[in-house]
Amino acid sequence: MTPHRREVVKQLLENRGELLVIAGLGSTAWDITAAGDSPLSFPLWGAMGQAAMMGLGLALAQPRRRVLVITGDGEMLMGLGSLATIGVQQPPNLSIVVIDNERYGETGMQMTHTAHGIDLEEVARGCRLKLLPKNLPEVRKAIHGEAGPNFAVVKVQAEKIPLVLPPREGALLKARFRRALLGSDADTI
Amino acid sequence: MWPEAIHRELVAAKIRVVGYVPDGGHKRLIELCQADKSMRAVVLSTEEEGIGLVAGAWLGGERSVLLMQSSGVGNVINALGTIKECRIPLVTVVTMRGEEGEFNPWQVPMGQATRTVLEAMGTVVHRPATAEEVAPTLNAALRLAYNSYASVAVLIPQRVIGIKSFQEQTSQ
Repeated sequence: MTPHRREVVKQLLENRGELLVIAGLGSTAWDITAAGDSPLSFPLWGAMGQAAMMGLGLALAQPRRRVLVITGDGEMLMGLGSLATIGVQQPPNLSIVVIDNERYGETGMQMTHTAHGIDLEEVARGCRLKLLPKNLPEVRKAIHGEAGPNFAVVKVQAEKIPLVLPPREGALLKARFRRALLGSDADTI
Repeated sequence: MWPEAIHRELVAAKIRVVGYVPDGGHKRLIELCQADKSMRAVVLSTEEEGIGLVAGAWLGGERSVLLMQSSGVGNVINALGTIKECRIPLVTVVTMRGEEGEFNPWQVPMGQATRTVLEAMGTVVHRPATAEEVAPTLNAALRLAYNSYASVAVLIPQRVIGIKSFQEQTSQ
């Protein structure tokens, strides 16, 4: 049976340790918050289509840390070119997991392209990303240890569920992330 | 030459990531950045990706710069909202088209709107008048961005770039 998104994200982020997490606009930002808000999470309230590129920038700046982008199918569709850009750079510490409910969840549950058979994994494969096995514990393990760039699509139920909201202010989310990651260097770089 | 001068400023400012969409006017600077082991040159499929790249690098504690043509400025408008809301330092070096002596009419609308669009989204616009002014202007832009957490664009005028025809551009 198709899993619930909150369960999937909770499982992926279990014992996340030092993992750095970017979550795309909409449901995935609420999902990572429901799994437990952290200063090392950067949930996006805007910037649709930019989550994967933020993950790339972060992965290049922090080559010794693991970086996870969790985003939705609609958000990923808006930034398909970024998969080609990531494929060129081949960051080994970056993983992208698309939580695919085949819907635009924030705007009325309209169907996305993936509901019509468009296959994001095939796009990622063509962009030289490494596809992860269809098994959540394996995906979680790869996020923490396997050389990427890794990519997975996890199909989830299309459901309207209660929002669990992170802080809204962009400057605050940025500052808390940098302080938690960089310590006092955050103020002098 | 101004591309070498820009590159020296980027090195001095500890720029580690250079996102770019190729442009004839940026050809030499892109080559310099690609050859520099202290920098990661990232080719983008569209300019908008550069904003995410810069934001992510800044979250990770590294400084970056974007290189694009004036037409690319139109592709980053909404993304600049993220830069403003999150107060992320941004330096964009824009080679201008659609202004002095443009030979391609399709470049003119965005070229003429470039400054207005950037300013509407909260980006400070610097425009050196001559090739000699490029380096000091970029130096000021880097300091404004990274000391004051501002978004700053440096527009390199078409006259400074000096490409006069399509034939000249494609044969460079």
